Amino acid sequence: MSLPFIVFFVCAFLAVLGALTLILAREPIHSALALILVMVSLAVLYLLLGAEFIAAVQVIVYAGAIMVLFVFVIMLLNAGLEERTDFSKLAKYAGLPLGMFLILFLAHWMARSLIGQQVANGLGGTNAPVSTRDLSAQLFQKYLFPFEATSILILIAILGALVLAKKDE
Amino acid sequence: MSIVPISYYLVLSAILFGLGIVAFVFKRNIVTIFMAIELMLNAVNLAFVAFARAHNQVDGLVFVFFVIVVAAAESAVGLAIIITVYQNRQTLNIERINLLKF
Repeated sequence: MSLPFIVFFVCAFLAVLGALTLILAREPIHSALALILVMVSLAVLYLLLGAEFIAAVQVIVYAGAIMVLFVFVIMLLNAGLEERTDFSKLAKYAGLPLGMFLILFLAHWMARSLIGQQVANGLGGTNAPVSTRDLSAQLFQKYLFPFEATSILILIAILGALVLAKKDE
Repeated sequence: MSIVPISYYLVLSAILFGLGIVAFVFKRNIVTIFMAIELMLNAVNLAFVAFARAHNQVDGLVFVFFVIVVAAAESAVGLAIIITVYQNRQTLNIERINLLKF
């Protein structure tokens, strides 16, 4: 076992553990903390894949901004224990096997999709061929219009959030 | 020197996406359901980055960037909607928010 494998398996285990905790926890705040664990371990995996910029953005924007927003809303609404409701008979007996089947099917299909190609045999060199410099060059040349469009999207989102969360007179 | 194969990342991405779907269906708290959506977006991002690495193309990373931006906008608006719903209905349970249910 070399170091990348160990790092991958530790982070993958933490990510799956966090996702399971998200499902099983009854307090919303515990689910939020579990989701932060998933996001941070995914950031480490991005580093392992050689995407430093995306890893930094993942930590700053996702684990930082978005999850703080979530935790803030949970605090604001004083969300208590989640109420357990009666599942329908169909959901109780068919839900779990079908969910497991879906997960295994997706995993199997995604793993198979690349096996025929040479990329499944492992990656090339250790140095990242795609650097942040390339990313920014693409972002501001080929994808300039979508980039500018996202600024308008964020502006609209800010306005929408303000209008929605405003207290009614 | 052995590097982790791309298919491992894809399997992890699929597992996380499936767990996100399970959380989306099973959870009853509207905030937690929203978190499940974020989990699924994260799983897709992992697949994007893995494919970008496999093909040594930068476009996948640009897409991840856009997904993160859109997720930020979406969570801002979505949480504002959740606050409004709570102010009107005094509950976060998805089964009690049935105004549009026929």
